[in-house]
Amino acid sequence: MIKVEKQTTTKSGAQLLIDALNAQNVEMIFGYPGGAVLPLYDAFYDCDIPHILTRHEQGAVHAAEGYARVTGKAGVVVVTSGPGATNALTGIADAMSDSIPMVIFTGQVATPGIGKDAFQEADMIGLTIPITKYNYQVRDVKDIPKIIKEAFHIATTGRQGPVVIDLPKDMSLATTDTVNDDTIHLPGYQPTLKPNGMQLEKLMQALATSSKPVILAGAGVNHSRATAELLDFAERYQIPVVNTLLGLGSFPQDHPLFLGMGGMHGSYAANMALTDPDLLINFGSRFDDRMVGAPKEFAKHAVIAHIDIDPAEIGKVLTTKIPIVADIKETLTQLLEMSITDETDKTHWYKLNMTRKERHPFTYNRDSKAEIKPQKVIEIIGEITEGKALVATDVGQHQMWVAQFYPFSHDHQIMTSGGLGTMGFGFPAAIGAQLAYPEQTVVAFVGDGGFQMTNQELAILNDYNINLKTVIINNGSLGMVRQWQEKFHNERYSHSIFQSQPDFVKLAEAYGVKGVRLTDPQTLAADLKEAFAYPGPIVIDCVVSPSELVLPMIPPGKANHQMEGVE
Amino acid sequence: MRRIITATVNNSSGVLNRITGVISRRQYNIDSISVGWTETPNVSRITIVVHVDSLYEIEQVTKQLNKQIDVLKVSDITDDPHMERELALIKVNAPAANRAELNSIIEPFRATIIDVGKTSVVVQVAGTSEKVNAFVDSIRPYGIQQMARTGVTGFTRSAK
Ligand SMILES: Cc1ncc(C[n+]2csc(CCOP(=O)(O)OP(=O)(O)O)c2C)c(N)n1
Repeated sequence: MIKVEKQTTTKSGAQLLIDALNAQNVEMIFGYPGGAVLPLYDAFYDCDIPHILTRHEQGAVHAAEGYARVTGKAGVVVVTSGPGATNALTGIADAMSDSIPMVIFTGQVATPGIGKDAFQEADMIGLTIPITKYNYQVRDVKDIPKIIKEAFHIATTGRQGPVVIDLPKDMSLATTDTVNDDTIHLPGYQPTLKPNGMQLEKLMQALATSSKPVILAGAGVNHSRATAELLDFAERYQIPVVNTLLGLGSFPQDHPLFLGMGGMHGSYAANMALTDPDLLINFGSRFDDRMVGAPKEFAKHAVIAHIDIDPAEIGKVLTTKIPIVADIKETLTQLLEMSITDETDKTHWYKLNMTRKERHPFTYNRDSKAEIKPQKVIEIIGEITEGKALVATDVGQHQMWVAQFYPFSHDHQIMTSGGLGTMGFGFPAAIGAQLAYPEQTVVAFVGDGGFQMTNQELAILNDYNINLKTVIINNGSLGMVRQWQEKFHNERYSHSIFQSQPDFVKLAEAYGVKGVRLTDPQTLAADLKEAFAYPGPIVIDCVVSPSELVLPMIPPGKANHQMEGVE
Repeated sequence: MRRIITATVNNSSGVLNRITGVISRRQYNIDSISVGWTETPNVSRITIVVHVDSLYEIEQVTKQLNKQIDVLKVSDITDDPHMERELALIKVNAPAANRAELNSIIEPFRATIIDVGKTSVVVQVAGTSEKVNAFVDSIRPYGIQQMARTGVTGFTRSAK
């Protein structure tokens, strides 16, 4: 290829970077400074893009993830070299697992020091190859515009994901008056968006002869904003819908065709529908092992149709008869333009699913007077926020209760670490979402364990006027670990019950944030309402039943119908 | 089963790392891997020999490789008419008394002696891995001092 050079006025690498971020309409940058990125931070001094200074690099990446998860735009992060960059790894891996668009700039020592174990040097290319969609190291200042343009393109198209740009300090300092051509030319990267017509025909033929079809709707539906099309399609052919954790919000929860979330802590109706369908249409889910514990038993007698933008997902877990590599919205739109003569009677199937759903809803002891039930906290908040809040969760029992009891209603609404299962994710992610949408109600549900992994970000609530509602589901333990120890390790509670806890109210207050502690089940609803009415950031420490379990549950490795704890 | 995969890739830094990472992460064992320039500037060809248990597994490997942004094309050429070649350099004991005998082994394999020392010679042999293996077995009794193999490289035959 011939390198075309464009004239510019003399600019530093750092300035070229800011120009490129402006060209991408970047709305905010999350970051933390350090030696290797000082030239960048110097340029930020005069830059119009707001920079959010977190208190830890993990917080910066999760906050950017939260921003990306609710806006659908790429989250942007800047961290310094070495420890700054390694602190960011967890967030990068998290974004990779959940296909979240991100561009992460990691500072790097100056080029002559690379590979010489220089001060604060870490091999970020080596470290991030397995946890990024792609990564770059800038070797020529003239490439900065091109690399950044490509990085955003890669991060936000196809199956989205994080892209790391490793930026040696001398590259930010170097000045140039010409830059290399930034036309995107990536012959090895051509995501397929349009579905194959023949496969669509096959799918519709299968549907015409199916009497027990089911749709599994995953994150792909949310990513491609195909909720309206999904609803149309499901209604037209009366196909029941099961959501994955990350697919929540893609189908109205109060719809008669909605069976709930499937998988390990999914509903009975959802898991039974996944056990005995004759046609399973998977829109944009990757058949994760929390959904498919025992692949040999999963939808055993069904024809499986799998629609995914990533060809490598199709056939990875289950044998797929109808593979469709495409964008979900594009596929559903085309499916809706096709018509079939429905040859089968689906009423029996519909009734069966309805009965299962009615008989075995998610439930808990609603009348408990002795202690606050965590599920109730979530239900009440669901009512207060009318199912419309942007909801972040951390990881653990509370995460599953939120998935079971919060009435999600739209795409880009749930922020949860579905793939990596990262404790410490929820609180900073909610911060990112609230910064993206200051007027929206954003709720962070966190466990008392996970909150302590990133709670230092309380500091930034006042700094940036972040009106976030943080709800600690405080059970005094690492609840999910405790649950597994109870069920699978003979109640040997090894290191899962906290000896001591900080006073979360005082902790919030120490950061200048309002804190309240709720302990009375009788006044819970009123207390929550009051807390939510508070016009500013608030930490609501809900002291809940310490022994509550997330049920029902499919033990790991078991089939979806082998649920335990079905009421 | 043994599968032979070829990939054309951008010759960017770290690309080999990406490729081997994808394969090893999914717990497949790489038998051999060889890389070199192609007719196109900045494009390299990688030939990978892997052992897998099923065709399903090799499909997963090729799909994951295909997904890599620097990978331009991946093919599993095992079942297509193809050529594969491996080169081995072997330093073998060769006291004067044995040389004639050694020659009689070398010739049918079309191997060549490329260096001669007092008590040893260096032999070069090229061909399929099978042929190289057979050759190595044949001269092993003379005492191999050192051996280096390149791993397999290959591509499909021209259309006829
Ligand atoms: C970084 C990290 N470390 C460890 C774990 C393992 N883990 C999963 S759930 C859990 C317990 C979470 O406890 P808590 O935050 O109090 O939430 P709860 O389950 O009580 O709702 C742990 C330790 C994890 N997911 N992430």
